[in-house]
Amino acid sequence: MAVVEIKTITPPNGLAEFWFYFSRNKGAVIGLAVFVIILVLAAFAAFVAPHSPSIQNREVLLLPPAWVEGGRLTYFLGTDAVGRDILSRLIYGARFSLFIGVVVVSISVVSGVLVGLIAGYFRGRTDTIIMRVMDIILAFPSLLLALVLVAVLGPGLVNAMIAISLVNLPHFVRLTRAAVMTERTKDYVIASKVAGAGTLRLMFLTILPNCLAPLIVQATLAFSAAILDAAALGFLGMGAQPPTPEWGTMLAEAREFIQRAWWVVTFPGLAILITVLAINLMGDGLRDALDPKLKRS
Amino acid sequence: MLRFIFGRLAVLVPTFIGVSIIAFSFIRLLPGDPVMLMSGERVMSPERHTQLMADLGLDRPIYIQYFDYLVNLLQGDFGSSIVTKRAVLTDFLQLFPATVELSLCAIILAVALGVPAGVLAAVKRGTWLDQTLMGTALVGYSMPIFWWGLLLVIFFSGYLGWTPVSGRISLMYFFPQVTGFMLVDSLISGQAGAFKSAVTYLILPTIVLATIPLAVIARQTRSAMLEVLGEDYVRTARSKGLSPFRVIGIHALRNALIPVVTTIGLQVGVLLAGAILTETIFSWPGIGKWMVDSVFKRDYQVVQGGLMLIAAVIMVVNLIVDVLYGFINPRIRY
Repeated sequence: MAVVEIKTITPPNGLAEFWFYFSRNKGAVIGLAVFVIILVLAAFAAFVAPHSPSIQNREVLLLPPAWVEGGRLTYFLGTDAVGRDILSRLIYGARFSLFIGVVVVSISVVSGVLVGLIAGYFRGRTDTIIMRVMDIILAFPSLLLALVLVAVLGPGLVNAMIAISLVNLPHFVRLTRAAVMTERTKDYVIASKVAGAGTLRLMFLTILPNCLAPLIVQATLAFSAAILDAAALGFLGMGAQPPTPEWGTMLAEAREFIQRAWWVVTFPGLAILITVLAINLMGDGLRDALDPKLKRS
Repeated sequence: MLRFIFGRLAVLVPTFIGVSIIAFSFIRLLPGDPVMLMSGERVMSPERHTQLMADLGLDRPIYIQYFDYLVNLLQGDFGSSIVTKRAVLTDFLQLFPATVELSLCAIILAVALGVPAGVLAAVKRGTWLDQTLMGTALVGYSMPIFWWGLLLVIFFSGYLGWTPVSGRISLMYFFPQVTGFMLVDSLISGQAGAFKSAVTYLILPTIVLATIPLAVIARQTRSAMLEVLGEDYVRTARSKGLSPFRVIGIHALRNALIPVVTTIGLQVGVLLAGAILTETIFSWPGIGKWMVDSVFKRDYQVVQGGLMLIAAVIMVVNLIVDVLYGFINPRIRY
């Protein structure tokens, strides 16, 4: 008689499984690494940045980057028109961009999920009214609506964040509503209802956790979109106001030197691109890891 | 089909009313009242202020003011500029062709490059070609286009001197506006070199505006194509011995394009948002630049009217896309 060895196979825990699928996407891992670096730079800006982001040095106006003739190692990426170190301003600028992303995503996720949950759970007239309001917001180009909102509220970083959160809202509402509507009639929800779960419990504890996957992916996309939109508003002069070292605002200030000093224009934009790209790469990886439909492939 | 179209139209009515409420309230949300906004820095006596408020009908209940506004809108009166005194609709109609011309060129470029790139990536899935194409698409998708525009200007206009920096056509050419599309008008005028000049002015803005839609379309085409390539009927077509070109180009692509068409339709709002930045960078005299300038000039009548008109354009285009979608995909008609 052969002895049958019985192996107990423990199912992989959620985090390990997530990392298994996430790490299969090389781009996503690179994105995550870059994002962590930016995060660390932003958090320790005061220690990392070689100069103050706001001190103007009259002796080094429009100094080119270190590797170009006339550049100095101490001002590695050169200086701007009033002699501020570009590298230091970019490092401090990362704080603003990440802060904007976090605030905008938090506001639009929390309110969007709440409204979407209500629309998808209660249906009927509540749903119709909510969705019509979302249609109205979607009828405007997002940047135009944000621009006009900021014009009403007054230019500035806080108002720009409020405006961008609002134009982001419909995406979360629609997504949550669609997910809730498919989950609502499933057996486990009905079972929970029959067992006597209250409306709030059904909404937030039974249904919502099962709708999270697409929301997390959308939140990453919204994070990068918020950074882009805030930079665009800054570029148009309606976001963070000078001398704030926000990347879009830096670009707006640099525009007039476009022919004379390419570096003042190039680096802030590159910083935006790298940050947004890193987040989008992560978003693709998250989608692969969280979307069960794609897992088999 | 008619029922479908009317159904879509019926949904449009509440959206239109909602949009008009937003445009109507916008001016009233600004600090100060419209008369004070119009007078600007000038000092005004309280009597004169009351008089003007009455003249403009601003002393009446708010719902009557809104009703008036709505009636005016339906008669084509979108207000007039405080700065130039011209009707908003007149300015809009004059500037709109410039934006349409730019947007059309951008979407044509985006489809012409994006669809083949997506198909190629899907067919060569997992190869270096797929990775390069999709990597490039992701960079395009993440691009701050206002910076991208500046880079192109630095390189092509500044360094190489190939293209002009701003405007729609060289000042050397002057001809009457017939269609409002510079490419068409320059051809009609028959002036030597005018068309070429218009093209050189159009090239950089088109590339900048096309960047994000191009990336979105390429990514969407790839995933739609991958889904279709796994279907049984594609395998059947292959096993029948059809050439790969026929299988991919005809059997697979036609079905893969259905979601892509929706994506293209959804890009209209993206294009108009992009037009705001692109037109600002290249001083392109379209509605995007017009809106930004009006916000800065505090010409709020124009902002209000423009907001309404742009939203109306987007709603109509979305309706057309919906109806077209019903045509190519019978499954969603009811």
